[in-house]
Amino acid sequence: MNEIPEVIRTIPLQYYLFFSSTLFVIGIIGVLTRRNAIIIFMCIELMLNAVNLLLTAFSAYRSDANGQVFVFFIMAVAAAEVCVGLAIIVMIYRNLRSTDINILSNLKW
Amino acid sequence: MNSIILLTSFGILNLFIGFSKSKKIIMPLVLLFLAIVFVVNLTGWNDTQTYFERMLTIDNFAIAFTAVVVLTTILVLPFSQSYIDQQNDSLAEYYSLLLFSLVGAIMMVAYENLLMLFVGIEILSISMYILAGSDKKNLKSNEAGLKYFLMGSFATGILLFGIVLIYGATGTFYISEISSAATAQSNNELTSPLLGMGLLFTLIGISFKVSAAPFHFWTPDVYEGTPTFFMAFMSTVVKAAGFAGFYKLMSVSFAGAQNIWFPTLIAMAVVTLAIGNIGAVAQNSFKRMMAYSSISHAGYLMIALLSFNDRSENAIFFYSLAYSVSTVAALGILKLVADQRDDVSYNAFNGLGRTNPLLAAVMTISMCSLAGIPLTGGFFGKLFIFSAALEQELLWLIIVAILMAAVGFYYYFRVIIAMYMREPSGDRVPVGSVATFALIFMTVLTFVLGIAPGLLSNIL
Repeated sequence: MNEIPEVIRTIPLQYYLFFSSTLFVIGIIGVLTRRNAIIIFMCIELMLNAVNLLLTAFSAYRSDANGQVFVFFIMAVAAAEVCVGLAIIVMIYRNLRSTDINILSNLKW
Repeated sequence: MNSIILLTSFGILNLFIGFSKSKKIIMPLVLLFLAIVFVVNLTGWNDTQTYFERMLTIDNFAIAFTAVVVLTTILVLPFSQSYIDQQNDSLAEYYSLLLFSLVGAIMMVAYENLLMLFVGIEILSISMYILAGSDKKNLKSNEAGLKYFLMGSFATGILLFGIVLIYGATGTFYISEISSAATAQSNNELTSPLLGMGLLFTLIGISFKVSAAPFHFWTPDVYEGTPTFFMAFMSTVVKAAGFAGFYKLMSVSFAGAQNIWFPTLIAMAVVTLAIGNIGAVAQNSFKRMMAYSSISHAGYLMIALLSFNDRSENAIFFYSLAYSVSTVAALGILKLVADQRDDVSYNAFNGLGRTNPLLAAVMTISMCSLAGIPLTGGFFGKLFIFSAALEQELLWLIIVAILMAAVGFYYYFRVIIAMYMREPSGDRVPVGSVATFALIFMTVLTFVLGIAPGLLSNIL
């Protein structure tokens, strides 16, 4: 039974970098193109998870625990964001019966 | 550190006080809490302490900016009188969120580790998402909350990706250790692409938070929809703490890597100044004009960031203080006027000079300070920033900034014209005694900063 960092190191670091960057870009494209608030929100979570994966990979390759600790903080903050974000989306749904962001155009000049 | 502990425990205590029937005691208590925090914070002056494995350093820089954000909050609070009069059920929660978000602001100015920067930004932002959408029945406020939330967490994702790439390139989150690695790598012919990309993403993420162009587009919409009381807090505390954190990151970590980011930031400063000032001219709504004005002030603060010498710390401090005081005064008056006249455009101020001479006078002075007229704090704020930039030989940037400041006179003076040269559009606006005291205090402070700037201009 190998140590987990050793298992992580069986795959070259570049692959983690490319994979995380791809996930991150998919997240960005999702945020910019989708029109449903909840799906946009899921794409933001995807971006955060790409970051988590990359942090873990860097951390394992450098044998430095700081990166993995950072992952816990990101998870905790993401959970707090989910609470607030879903509450805001529910509030909008109650008032408008929709979560499509195209409806939200009251604030323009 | 004591101020962080005190603010957190006062915030929790305040939630329990919220159970009481009477809403009247909450505001005096919160003001008392903040006054205690302000004093306790200042007792640590000249006594640098580090906490959490050197992740937080409370030095004079952190104490000075903590004082600015706490003072701003104290000055904002009196304008929540209408919430008390309406017996708003969530009053204690609002105040507690303000106290908690101040903890985030303090972490943003005291961090030594990118982890603390990230947590600080998030504590501040998540509270602000809630407060932006706090007017639950109002569609504009709902929309502001959602926009701010989606844009803010998107920016957080980008900021985090930047932090990770910097970690990949340098192997540490400590800003002082990043500095040596970044300096070594940037003087190399082959700058590490990880470091360059990481710095770019981090810049984008922080520029979002301080609303610097071209990442400013959420600002006017969110500020317009947010209840005015919370807008006064958002546009001052978030900006002051954000720029202090931004400056610390750039000056400590990336001072040696200037060749990577300097041209980008200069371009951003010019675009921010242009969009902020020219956008503000086109507005008919005073509230939206103040949102653009906050973008343009971000532009001036970026010049201080760029000038990047021993004067720029003081310049950012002085400018944030002068800007916060004037903005709180202007938005506080807007809140009082808009509560009665139900209008946030320039027309709401028609004839205020006749119905409420005091409000009109305070508004005039704060507009003069924002525009940068001598004898007010805003003038010396701009002067310090320009003189810091002059040492760095950024003359053409100063000329652009002065031209843009001239544009600023137009939209700041429109409200003065409306107040003194138009017929009144409503009755006398009622002003509470605490709010009157706060307004007079802010006026005096603006004049003190404008007549004796030496008191605070060299403290850092």
